[in-house]
Amino acid sequence: MQLILQGISHRYGGTNVLEDISFAVGDGEIVCIVGPSGCGKSTLLRIAGGLERPGEGEALIAGKAPEGSLNPLTYIFQDFALLPWRTVAGNVSLVLEDHGIETKRRRAIIDDVLSRTNLSDFAHALPRQLSGGMKQRVAIARALAVKPAIMLMDEPLSALDSQTRELLMDDLVALWQRERFSACYVTHNLAEAVRLGRRIVVLSRRPGRIREVVDIDMPLAERPERLVELEKLQRRVWEIMREEAREADREISDVA
Amino acid sequence: MSHEAASTQGAGREEDTAAPEAARPVPFRGGGFTHRRLGPVAPIVFLAIIALWEAGSRAGIISPIALPAPSEALGALGDLVTTGMLWKHLGASIYRLGLGWVLGSLVGISVGLMVGLFSLARAGLLPLVSALFPIPKIALLPLFIIWFGIGEGSKVATILFGTFFPTVIATYGGVDNVDRNLIRMGQSFGLSWLSIVRKIIIPGAMPAILSGFRISASIAIVLLVAAEMIGAETGIGAYILMAGALFALDQLIAGVALLSMLGLAIAWLIGRAERALLSWRA
Ligand SMILES: Nc1ncnc2c1ncn2[C@@H]1O[C@H](COP(=O)(O)OP(=O)(O)OP(=O)(O)O)[C@@H](O)[C@H]1O
Ligand SMILES: [Mg+2]
Repeated sequence: MQLILQGISHRYGGTNVLEDISFAVGDGEIVCIVGPSGCGKSTLLRIAGGLERPGEGEALIAGKAPEGSLNPLTYIFQDFALLPWRTVAGNVSLVLEDHGIETKRRRAIIDDVLSRTNLSDFAHALPRQLSGGMKQRVAIARALAVKPAIMLMDEPLSALDSQTRELLMDDLVALWQRERFSACYVTHNLAEAVRLGRRIVVLSRRPGRIREVVDIDMPLAERPERLVELEKLQRRVWEIMREEAREADREISDVA
Repeated sequence: MSHEAASTQGAGREEDTAAPEAARPVPFRGGGFTHRRLGPVAPIVFLAIIALWEAGSRAGIISPIALPAPSEALGALGDLVTTGMLWKHLGASIYRLGLGWVLGSLVGISVGLMVGLFSLARAGLLPLVSALFPIPKIALLPLFIIWFGIGEGSKVATILFGTFFPTVIATYGGVDNVDRNLIRMGQSFGLSWLSIVRKIIIPGAMPAILSGFRISASIAIVLLVAAEMIGAETGIGAYILMAGALFALDQLIAGVALLSMLGLAIAWLIGRAERALLSWRA
């Protein structure tokens, strides 16, 4: 399934947040979005998932969702968004309950996604008993339970420490290799962006416009071995962003 | 050479970990601001106050005309039990309180949810609630007597109205405070409106609703006594009024003690409910 954003502009009150953003996420592609803080990345993702109406332009989906997909466009949130009063299994169950799945099959799905995320032992734990990394794995398990076609991830790893981040990153790559989901991945971390992205969309500072799109034509599986090339790409993306920041600085000193 | 250097370094490190003579523990500053359950403290405080009071009365420091001794009040309570009047008064009061409070809470939660969920209800009902909340409901008792009769109806209605308003305010405040991200999460997974309300909004508002119960229950007891003082033959309020009219201070204290026990019992019940419903909060 593809996600197509066409000429999206958005404003909150008097401030222009997004301006004329167009790009597409192809079948089984991970597109990373990077940009300075406050440039509208989260807003863009909310628009892409139908949680917010864009001021102009439209978000489209094309193609058929895979067989049995309960929620084609599925989010993974930065703050995990787990219900604190439900257990791990209960949190996964929540997103299945509205689909009229019989109890036995629902249990099977929950068991399956929890074992795929190594959480089987914690099925009956409450979120407050889990570490940050485990909470995010619960959120990933919950997303997997509805068989998404396109994952919308808003800085899913940024609340975690760097070791946990590495481990979850590997999990994500392994998962993608198995399921080939499409994804829109917002991040602050350029290393994550070059590790996961088929393309990196670099946004300018607010109002967010597409500053550049960097293509990375290298299979995900090969990336850990070709770190030098990735490093170069990462530096290139950083150059673009730094220029952006410099221009912002210059504008401020002009005003002063 | 290098080996030697390494070994001296290692020795140095060992020395570092051994405590120098002036070492002292880092002062602990992390205590406080969390609650432990101290079971026997509450009864000890109660008993100490009553013992002091009794001792004061026996010693003649507290005049029996000003305040009868606890033992006398206990005697009055004993009389109530032996004559069988205790259950008549207590039963009547609990019935009014229970019915009025339960109905008021149910209607209050429903209206509070509506105010929390629907813009129209908020625009239409909230000013009304704000206008009626500060009115002492007991002032409306004559009106309720005309509407609902001199019997149970008017008393239950007074308590119902008294419970209703704080419950509405607690409930809609709780709904407003539910984490918007959780609601957005529910929407992003395509949960139905009813599911979001039932599984996300109501549990999220539950802490606020339960603390609203504590307030509304106290208000309900105050209104119960007031209503029973104005027009009732049975009930703890009527008993206290009678005792006051006869200057039977021991009976008056006995009646007040009954009210306290009622309040304690209710607080205990709500505490149980909180532990059962909010166990997820740690
Ligand atoms: N609901 C809202 N109402 C008004 N303004 C908003 C709202 N949401 C976001 N904004 C504003 O829009 C701008 C973009 O916000 P957004 O959260 O999309 O940025 P972001 O790129 O995700 O930032 P960050 O990298 O810090 O997460 C910000 O200036 C923010 O103040
Ligand atoms: Mg953001």
